[in-house]
Amino acid sequence: MHVYELNHETQEELEKIQNNLLLEVKNLSLTIERFGKGWTRERLYVIRDFHLKIHHGEVVAIVGASGSGKSLLADAILGIHPKNSIVDGMIKYENELLTEKRRKRLRGNDILLIPQMTNALDPLMKVGKQVKTLMKQNNHQKAVKQIFQKVGLDPDVYDQIPSACSGGMIRKIFIAMALASEAKLIIADEPTNGLDYESIDEMLFQIKMLEKDNKGVIMITHDLEAAMKVADKIAVFYAGETVEVVDKKHLKKGGKFRHPYSRALWNALPQNGFIAIDSTQPSATEKLTGCSFAKQCPKATKKCKIEKPLLKEISHDEMVRCFYAGM
Amino acid sequence: MTKWLGAFMLECKNIGFYYNRSNWLFRNIHLSIERGEIIGIYGKSGSGKTTLAKIMANYLSPTEGEVLVDGEKSNHSEVYPVQLIWQHPEQAINPKWKLSKIFEEAKELDQDIPSILGIKEEWLNRRAHELSGGELQRFCIARAFHPDTRYIIADEITSMFDAITQAQIWHALIRLVKERNIGVLAISHHISLLERISDRIIDFNQLKGASEKSF
Ligand SMILES: Nc1ncnc2c1ncn2[C@@H]1O[C@H](COP(=O)(O)OP(=O)(O)OP(=O)(O)O)[C@@H](O)[C@H]1O
Ligand SMILES: Nc1ncnc2c1ncn2[C@@H]1O[C@H](COP(=O)(O)OP(=O)(O)OP(=O)(O)O)[C@@H](O)[C@H]1O
Ligand code: SF4
Ligand SMILES: [Mg+2]
Ligand SMILES: [Mg+2]
Repeated sequence: MHVYELNHETQEELEKIQNNLLLEVKNLSLTIERFGKGWTRERLYVIRDFHLKIHHGEVVAIVGASGSGKSLLADAILGIHPKNSIVDGMIKYENELLTEKRRKRLRGNDILLIPQMTNALDPLMKVGKQVKTLMKQNNHQKAVKQIFQKVGLDPDVYDQIPSACSGGMIRKIFIAMALASEAKLIIADEPTNGLDYESIDEMLFQIKMLEKDNKGVIMITHDLEAAMKVADKIAVFYAGETVEVVDKKHLKKGGKFRHPYSRALWNALPQNGFIAIDSTQPSATEKLTGCSFAKQCPKATKKCKIEKPLLKEISHDEMVRCFYAGM
Repeated sequence: MTKWLGAFMLECKNIGFYYNRSNWLFRNIHLSIERGEIIGIYGKSGSGKTTLAKIMANYLSPTEGEVLVDGEKSNHSEVYPVQLIWQHPEQAINPKWKLSKIFEEAKELDQDIPSILGIKEEWLNRRAHELSGGELQRFCIARAFHPDTRYIIADEITSMFDAITQAQIWHALIRLVKERNIGVLAISHHISLLERISDRIIDFNQLKGASEKSF
């Protein structure tokens, strides 16, 4: 069994970390209420229990199952979640509660979302103009074209409309938006999706530059490799729950992911085993007893089906939700 | 013998295309896919892969050259035998529709396909914006498996999925296309993925480059 050493920060160090906190999410849940078949009401427990901390000058990656609630999490932080959903739990921005009023003020200014879906762009407006509107100063074409060059876009793309751009070009336009804005917190939903290797490296470099600028970046991604390259911490999300938060240093030292789901994710990568474990995550309509991963977990025991594992802190900011993690 | 086999192929013959008269995107593309074969193709972003995919699936006409399906030029029959699964599912599904309508549209769709692809019953009475990216993509994949489908062009179709789902879906797809003798062109930037799924891998830039020399 592994023995995890706790970091013993001094009071001063702890305070510094606290002051540097950009966003803190605790016990977040998001439930959707909608009409199902034949006017029956259905409740979808989309996010059940999510935790995250991100500091200034830090990149945190969120990886996890498709449909586990990653995009809705981003919406919930920004306060643009569906009208028929209820968000509960605590979200603090720069150590203050993120109220509805503050959110409105911060959205688009302090906090910027880079969306997953390409149809978030205005289909009729030149893409350059769409980037330009996000700039506070330097409100001119030349500045946008400079940013385009930085992200590997031809400056002529300025005058194109979204439908004339390839999949990869749209992702680059999105990152250009992040560079153009003065947001302190950038939530990027699948920013590397559909990019070639060279473009991914360019993109990750730009994300690193944002980090250097003391900004916080939350990168939602299916690309575990990209996450490991750029992120300081990786949060793993499954069925609406944080199942693991791991520090990059741990992985760099050759440590493994601690949660069985994260490990299965790792082994499913084409460059690893391309192994597809059976079944899928529980549906959002299900109320869960026991561990959410029990149905798919190769290590599940009787206990796992009855009792719910808590999210345990194993070292400063590292957590795992499994009875047997690390064994 | 070769002639007979040749008839069961999706062929690009000397395809050239431009959006803008002054600028050929590519020319002299030759490519053929046999039925039951999975060809992987990768290439730089913006190099024209999606454009070629649209030409092969008859959404765009080539500026020059022709596409032959089992030896014939496209006839405008009801269901085109070459199905394109789009890179971005949100652009391929009518946002106003309930997703059940996708299956109503494709009446002859195989009963098992949705469950093979992990489509959950409860998703059917939702609209596109009420599903996650990966969930929506499954509908686009399902829709491509019409009984008349002979070829599928899969444009970066699993980059919306987590690694486990990606592996599950490709294992299922490989089984399906081999069973049904469907030829597949799989476009992806992920070379290690292509190595897992393809019988043969092509570098699109080389395909373009080879033709440039012969301009
Ligand atoms: N407006 C909505 N109404 C009902 N259900 C919704 C709505 N939006 C999302 N969902 C459901 O909530 C779950 C989480 O969706 P979300 O888009 O956050 O997933 P995700 O983790 O981003 O997945 P992906 O990786 O596939 O993009 C999904 O199962 C989805 O079907
Ligand atoms: N409708 C259009 N009108 C004008 N130009 C277009 C149009 N669609 C695509 N293009 C241009 O054609 C080129 C090739 O685009 P395409 O989408 O085929 O690339 P791709 O290889 O699929 O790239 P990616 O890997 O980024 O998806 C790009 O430069 C793009 O700007
Ligand atoms: S608690 Fe049990 S079922 Fe859950 S991840 Fe750990 S071993 Fe698997
Ligand atoms: Mg998403
Ligand atoms: Mg493309």
